[in-house]
Amino acid sequence: MNNLKLIIQREYLARVRNKTFIVMTFLSPLILVGMFSLIAYLSMLNNSEKHTIAVKDDSGLFKGEFQNKEEIDFIDVSAISLEDAKLLVEEKDYYGVIYIPDTQDNLQLAKSIKFFGKEAPSIGLLQQIERTISENLTTRELIARGVDITKIESAEAKVNIQIENFQGQRTSKMSSYIKMVFGGAAGYLLMMFIIIYGNMVMRSVIEEKTNRIIEIIISSVKPIQLMLGKIIGTSLAGITQFTIWVLLGTTLLFIASSISGLNIMESQPQIENLEQVSNGEIQQLIIDITNLPILTLIISFLVYFIGGYFLYSAIYAAIGAAVDSETDTQQFMFPIILPLMLGIYVGFFSVIENPHGTVSTIFSMIPLTSPIVMLMRIPFGVPWYELAISIIILFVTNAGVVWLAAKIYRVGILMYGKKPTYKELYKWIKY
Amino acid sequence: MDNLLVADNICKQFGNFTALNNVSINIPRESIFGLLGPNGAGKTTFIRIINQITMPDSGMVYLDGKPLHPNDVGHIGYLPEERGLYKSMKVGEQALYLARLKGLTKAEAKERLEYWFTKLDIKHWWDKKIQELSKGMAQKVQFVITVLHQPKLLIFDEPFSGFDPVNADLIKNEILQLREEGATILFSTHRMESVEELCDYMALIHESNKLLDGKVSDIKRAHKTNTFEVGINPFEESQLLEELHSNFKIGQAKFKSHADDLKLRIQIKPTESPNDLLQYLITKSRVNHFVEVIPSVNDIFIKTVTKNE
Repeated sequence: MNNLKLIIQREYLARVRNKTFIVMTFLSPLILVGMFSLIAYLSMLNNSEKHTIAVKDDSGLFKGEFQNKEEIDFIDVSAISLEDAKLLVEEKDYYGVIYIPDTQDNLQLAKSIKFFGKEAPSIGLLQQIERTISENLTTRELIARGVDITKIESAEAKVNIQIENFQGQRTSKMSSYIKMVFGGAAGYLLMMFIIIYGNMVMRSVIEEKTNRIIEIIISSVKPIQLMLGKIIGTSLAGITQFTIWVLLGTTLLFIASSISGLNIMESQPQIENLEQVSNGEIQQLIIDITNLPILTLIISFLVYFIGGYFLYSAIYAAIGAAVDSETDTQQFMFPIILPLMLGIYVGFFSVIENPHGTVSTIFSMIPLTSPIVMLMRIPFGVPWYELAISIIILFVTNAGVVWLAAKIYRVGILMYGKKPTYKELYKWIKY
Repeated sequence: MDNLLVADNICKQFGNFTALNNVSINIPRESIFGLLGPNGAGKTTFIRIINQITMPDSGMVYLDGKPLHPNDVGHIGYLPEERGLYKSMKVGEQALYLARLKGLTKAEAKERLEYWFTKLDIKHWWDKKIQELSKGMAQKVQFVITVLHQPKLLIFDEPFSGFDPVNADLIKNEILQLREEGATILFSTHRMESVEELCDYMALIHESNKLLDGKVSDIKRAHKTNTFEVGINPFEESQLLEELHSNFKIGQAKFKSHADDLKLRIQIKPTESPNDLLQYLITKSRVNHFVEVIPSVNDIFIKTVTKNE
């Protein structure tokens, strides 16, 4: 036990003191925040570009209908001719001219409105203009046909289906979306962590082999102790890096947003869609987030992280022991990446579609994919017994895989010179 | 005899390949024991079994009269043939780590490292990384790490490969001194001349089998052929040669000398005495050189191996 502690300590320090590790730990959040800030800055630049659009309204129906917006100013040029208006736009470098001809028939008018400009306007702008005109003309046509517009307005029913499960918990469409984001993020994070740190374990095993220190060490400790020490030490380094990222990232994001005066969150596309959401719904959103099984999610993240990481790291360690150099690992990498990718795809396609369907349930039981798929399912509420079964399967498999990996590792670390085949790996297990 | 290590009928197979076939070896206390054999004979497997890196399929190993126990790694110091250190770790830190894995406390390890580093004059390397050292320098560090925990049994696998002559000599003297201080040394090599120089006992392994073992002097005595190399200046050369050829088995001698002698290799019968031969030669010639041919370990090795094929 004492030796295991020593090995963990050395492995941890070796990882943490590595220059690449230090650089990556402190640079990654900077790069990430820098990227976010740049995107936010660019999109702000884009938005702050103010367009002026001339409106030549011969019909006289739209007086005052085009309200100046944050990024668009409308000016009325109905008084001059269309040709003059075009010249004016060109001269003053306006964005373009909306030409509304003098047609009394609303439906006819709707088809004959034109936009002149140096370049084609953005889809967003066009839709805005179209909506303004369309609403106006529709109302007019309704009135023209003798429909009482106030009745229509009062009759409009805004639908928002309230979803409630049998435990009386209220949810909404929004909440499904939130669950998806949280589950997806957790699953994805786990996959990245497994790949990055699994690779680190593998590289460190190969390093010991190529350094030829391995035999000196295993004349003092058992190979399995060395393997476990390596896996645990590396995972602690990973947790350290992750913690630093989270702390540094949050701080930097906060600093960056306060310096630039931006609300970075708003520049993210998903949130933009929510702009039209009314206040009541935002409250619901907050309720939804707080309604998430946050504690279960965090605890399961840790449990599945430990289970999944150990499972894959043991395989990575065995691969590292079997080969002589990193270039030889390619043939063994595919079987590792495959289940991880499968987990992510099943998560993003099947879980979101039907979180408790057969496919999702099965894949949240298979130990190679369960850490990812189950994490994605948890926000949607998973019965405790399913969770328990999945975790038990994961840890039992884990014990088995670590045991097998240790056997391959034990033989592999002393083998030099040849690239083993799967058949040979199988033989090593029996030695 | 008081043996520190007794290996009893060790067998080990890797798949269809037999690495060791019923090998029994006894290593007397406070001796230097040479384990000889060509590459691939099974020496490293045997050593790994003693180090409990590999488990034997059958047979037992006893250290100090008791079956080998996992805790015995603390009593064994092992310098493998394939040796290296963490390249990016500092010398001192690395030595401390490896010493602590052998069960020393941090303070103990530090104190003894201080002693050894001063002794070998490598103290200024403490804060250097291994990758900054030459191969020979790194080997010195490895040697210190091997002996640091004062093991009862020291195992050196090809210890002199990679050392320049000066350092090889230094290490050789350290090994001899360690034996004086009570350590028992198992020394594996395929370089026979180092066995002759250092070892008290030896065993010969060839193609997974132990062919012979025992005290080096006994083995040599058993293999002696009653052959003498002579360098003479005959008074009557053709007559002498004729007489010699009719009485003895004569061969070509290969020793070097500055005199322009007739060099011969003469084998007498076991019943005959070398004194008679010498007396006879003195009457017929001036004798400049008269030496009994003692078989070198190399000769014994080749002879034993070819005899068994």
